[in-house]
Amino acid sequence: MNYIIDAYQFCASHFPTLTMAIGLLLFPLLPVIIAVAMYVWWERKVIGWMHVRVGPNKIGPFGLLQTFADVFKLLLKEVVYPARANKALFVLAPLWALVPAFAAWAVVPIGSHVAWSDANAGLLFLLAMTSMGVYGIIIAGWASNSRYAMLGAMRSAAQVVSYEIAMGFSLVSVLILAGSLNLSDIVNAQAGSKGALDWFFLPLLPMFVIYFVSGIAETNRLPFDMAEGESEIVAGFHVEYSGAPFAVFFLTEYANMILVSFMVPLLFLGGWLSPFPVSWGWIGAPGWWWLFAKMFVFATAYLWLRATFPRYRYDQIMRLGWKVFIPITLAWVFVAGCMKYFGWVVAGA
Amino acid sequence: MTFPLISFYVFAAITTLAALAVITVRSPVHAALCLVLTFFSAACTWLLADAEFLAIVLVLVYVGAVMVLFLFVVMMLDVDIDPLREGFIKALPVGLLVAVVMLVEMLTLIGVRALQLPAPGDPALAAGMSNTQWLAMALFSQYLLPFEIAALILTVAIVAAIPLTLRRRQGVRMQDPARQVRVQPGERLRIVKMVAEKPAPQPETSSP
Repeated sequence: MNYIIDAYQFCASHFPTLTMAIGLLLFPLLPVIIAVAMYVWWERKVIGWMHVRVGPNKIGPFGLLQTFADVFKLLLKEVVYPARANKALFVLAPLWALVPAFAAWAVVPIGSHVAWSDANAGLLFLLAMTSMGVYGIIIAGWASNSRYAMLGAMRSAAQVVSYEIAMGFSLVSVLILAGSLNLSDIVNAQAGSKGALDWFFLPLLPMFVIYFVSGIAETNRLPFDMAEGESEIVAGFHVEYSGAPFAVFFLTEYANMILVSFMVPLLFLGGWLSPFPVSWGWIGAPGWWWLFAKMFVFATAYLWLRATFPRYRYDQIMRLGWKVFIPITLAWVFVAGCMKYFGWVVAGA
Repeated sequence: MTFPLISFYVFAAITTLAALAVITVRSPVHAALCLVLTFFSAACTWLLADAEFLAIVLVLVYVGAVMVLFLFVVMMLDVDIDPLREGFIKALPVGLLVAVVMLVEMLTLIGVRALQLPAPGDPALAAGMSNTQWLAMALFSQYLLPFEIAALILTVAIVAAIPLTLRRRQGVRMQDPARQVRVQPGERLRIVKMVAEKPAPQPETSSP
């Protein structure tokens, strides 16, 4: 064991960037990929139960290995390039979607200041990375040289840019209360003697709802999956993709969903803090299990919404974003400023 | 050569090459994507200079929002590039002149900066806070009025841009999604209570 630690410290002191890169590859990436596989299985199970079906149950115990079987099938399939497609961009598009989605994980903490990069502008970095993911979709739509793909890409671009504004404003109100851009500091600012009542979701209740709904819209999930819209434009931006590039798009989408499910607890629900007061002993102690439990709730809420709601129409999505969410967030940023100024909410108290 | 220096040269080279590609590639979509790369690598060089707030905001605003809309427009319009290229040689002398003037201006500026030696130290480091925090402090206390005026001008510009593009066309079947969302079942559906009717018993016909 000591050899390993010595070797790690040697690498970290002599090649810090390389160690960081390999560490990033090993720590968030592999677990995220496995989590995505489990999440897809869980989605099919949950939606199966909601439809009074069994869901996948043949491969592995409880059908757990179903996703791996699907992935291997996808990876072994032929990649078809559409005629007159822009081949270079066609291949680049899935990667352009995937890389920012995984880069965002570098600043996500799982405990107080336990993150690969404890950057003091962490939240901004996260917002910047997630806003870059839309390029993958737009380029995929354009490079495919297909009407349906193009329509999906256009819808997605407009939708993501619109909802980013509401999302940004809801983050601004969190920043006002927390007084920091560092994700660990934001969570620590929600600590207090009253447990769950000290978290930001109470003073920022509308923002909490808007952030999660905008998160769903940003990841192009039902009921906001206009970019795919099977009943209207076949499969939207990835209609021409098959095999491995399609698997990459799939992976990106689910990784982004898990990321949003992590961000909601971190920003509004006290991250790794316990919902019970600290004075209650072991049940009030903070820990990563609280964060993962909260993440699981939101990840499942995604599936619940998917199985429950019909798809929004495109103009209704735009109306919701611009005429409902943005005015509410603008007003609530002011309210949050008042809360901070008059000391109604004190960070870390 | 330290690693940050090597990375600076790499990012600077990518920035320059991508900026060159913006004006030389044939397809407008490729040009827009090269501009994205230019912004991104410029942000990387700023990051190396410890200006993390500006770097991330550059990515967030220009790469994440402005260029998305740019790309959106370029893809929708499907610009025919050939007529645009026809005047290239004719406009070249003017373009070169502007470029030379800009270069001279930049060199003068750098020369003036170099004369005020030693270079002013990092104010954020001197104040003992992070770059982001220092910038926020400076913007919202020392430079509050210019900042608010800039914000106001931008807002006015946005409001002015909307009336320029907004036109009500006659005879278009426009839907009002707000009205459609607010609709109640009572306005569209009437539930009628009716007594269940039993079919009258058929008179038995004697088969022949």
